[in-house]
Amino acid sequence: MNKKQGLRGMSDKTSDIVLVVLTALIMLIIAYPLYYVLVASVSDPYDVYAGKTFLMPSQFTLEGYKAVFSNSNLLNGFLNSVKYTVIGTLYSVTMVYITAYPLSKKDLPGHKWISIFFIITMYFGGGLIPTYLVVRDTGLLNNMWALFLPGGVAMGNVIIVRNFFENNIPRDMFEAAEIDGADNLTTFVRIVVPLSRSIMAVMVVFSMVAYWNDWFTALIYLQKDQYPFPLVLRGILITTEAMTSMTGGMSYAESNRIAELVKFASMIVAAAPMLIMYPFVQKYFEQGFMTGAVKG
Amino acid sequence: MNTPKKAAKAAKPIRLHKKTLGQRILENWQLYILLIIPIVITIIYKYIPMYGIQIAFRDYKPARGFFGSKWVGWYWFERFFTAPTFKRMIVNTVKLSLYSLLWSFPVPIILALAINQLRFKKYKRVVQTVLYAPHFISIMVVCGMIRIFLSPYGGLINLLIGKQVDFMTVPEAFRTIYIASGIWQDAGWGTIIYLATLSAVDPGLYEAAKIDGASMFQRIRVIDIPELIPMIILQLIMSVSGLMSVGFEKVFLLQTQLNKATSDVIAVYVYEQGIVDHAYSYSTAIGLFNTVINIILLVVVNKIAKKAADVSFV
Repeated sequence: MNKKQGLRGMSDKTSDIVLVVLTALIMLIIAYPLYYVLVASVSDPYDVYAGKTFLMPSQFTLEGYKAVFSNSNLLNGFLNSVKYTVIGTLYSVTMVYITAYPLSKKDLPGHKWISIFFIITMYFGGGLIPTYLVVRDTGLLNNMWALFLPGGVAMGNVIIVRNFFENNIPRDMFEAAEIDGADNLTTFVRIVVPLSRSIMAVMVVFSMVAYWNDWFTALIYLQKDQYPFPLVLRGILITTEAMTSMTGGMSYAESNRIAELVKFASMIVAAAPMLIMYPFVQKYFEQGFMTGAVKG
Repeated sequence: MNTPKKAAKAAKPIRLHKKTLGQRILENWQLYILLIIPIVITIIYKYIPMYGIQIAFRDYKPARGFFGSKWVGWYWFERFFTAPTFKRMIVNTVKLSLYSLLWSFPVPIILALAINQLRFKKYKRVVQTVLYAPHFISIMVVCGMIRIFLSPYGGLINLLIGKQVDFMTVPEAFRTIYIASGIWQDAGWGTIIYLATLSAVDPGLYEAAKIDGASMFQRIRVIDIPELIPMIILQLIMSVSGLMSVGFEKVFLLQTQLNKATSDVIAVYVYEQGIVDHAYSYSTAIGLFNTVINIILLVVVNKIAKKAADVSFV
């Protein structure tokens, strides 16, 4: 109670300082674990586990990263993830766009029913096994497309994009196109797509993050040599299978050391691409969520 | 948001010739073509599985398919209700979700209220960038970090507290680990929706409040919180309706033989029975049970919200 009274009477300057200190502390809590992993990934693991790397690396080494990219399993997983992310993103963003554009045309005959048809899938689904059985029966087991198709159309993203088309593209553009005799498809390709680059950037990032980080779909539908990077990581981090393929011919201590280094390095390799990318489109997130939330 | 739509509605009657439905459909044929692939994929991978849920009431045999398998009524549900770990799974699922909701739900709201008051734009951007970061990291990496940090042999947490506890084997620690890491990963991202809502506040309101001598905390209480209430209720409804669907992936990755007393939840059982043991009908029945409870919760909470605050979103 006392504290509250104190806060209430605070001048703006004092409360500004309190806020800055508070948010700085929160940033520290968020960022430190990531920083610690980064430092550990280039330090001697025995020093890491002895608590000598809280702030700075100890006995700097890049062996962990070298090992990640020379291990056939990890490298294969990494390349798989790159492939799935590129193809999945192209597929997903295309689907979102070709669904969102017709749905943004309120005067399209049947608009209401088509909308309901898609929106129902946001709330109801067949669940794990019925979906699995359909994927199996359509011959997608051990096929990369099992990662993309069963998700259907990402309706959350469709709604964000649809609302962007409705609210952020000037009406005059459509009218001008109509007067010039442009048909729907021409308008879509020449006006809607170029004028929605910002929201497209957000969609690309969302899809990339989803496919880059996905592992469960692959666990269910794909076989081992098709596993994406995070699923290969599972063997190293969670179920701790021995990494025989990489440590053959080394002394026990040395192979242990590399195995520990790889744990940290591979986590950084998995996290870094997305962490580097998202700040570039960050300013559009709020906008996207705002237009998305209004008529969610 | 409303003005362009209203304008469009008002503009409609001005058109000279009303077109017939057939003409309008023909005019838009390209739009229907665009929709063909999304609709086909949605039917195959969304609607057919929904129809396939009926194997929860059948004894599914791959050779007989969804509809040819023998009808067994409530058999699988009865088997689930009498399973030895049934009670434990229900209790664990409800407790994990409920505690998770209670602890995690308020954090993004408080963070958003604080971030919204930051006056140095560049610093605000930095705070937001840092807070969003964990959202972009794979749950696999997060769980890897958790396991390494909590390891008794030189894990960060044990180093900091000077002990050698193997937290992953302590049932009492599981929920705390799950919830705390969840807040770490998603609280920052959760602020977006609230910050977007707050950005709609008329800056003039703040100015007026300042002139009246209101402190920052008074401004938050009188201006910001009322602005957020509808969004808070919407978010609450959505969270409660998903109460039975705990984050399967994380539980799956953090579960060990020794912490099962608290980490054994329905979603993991659905996976084990269905994908690992190929008990397709049984697994589907359990999944359906889960979904039905979620729907009931959604309807109930929505009704309560409607009565209490006169807001409804479903």
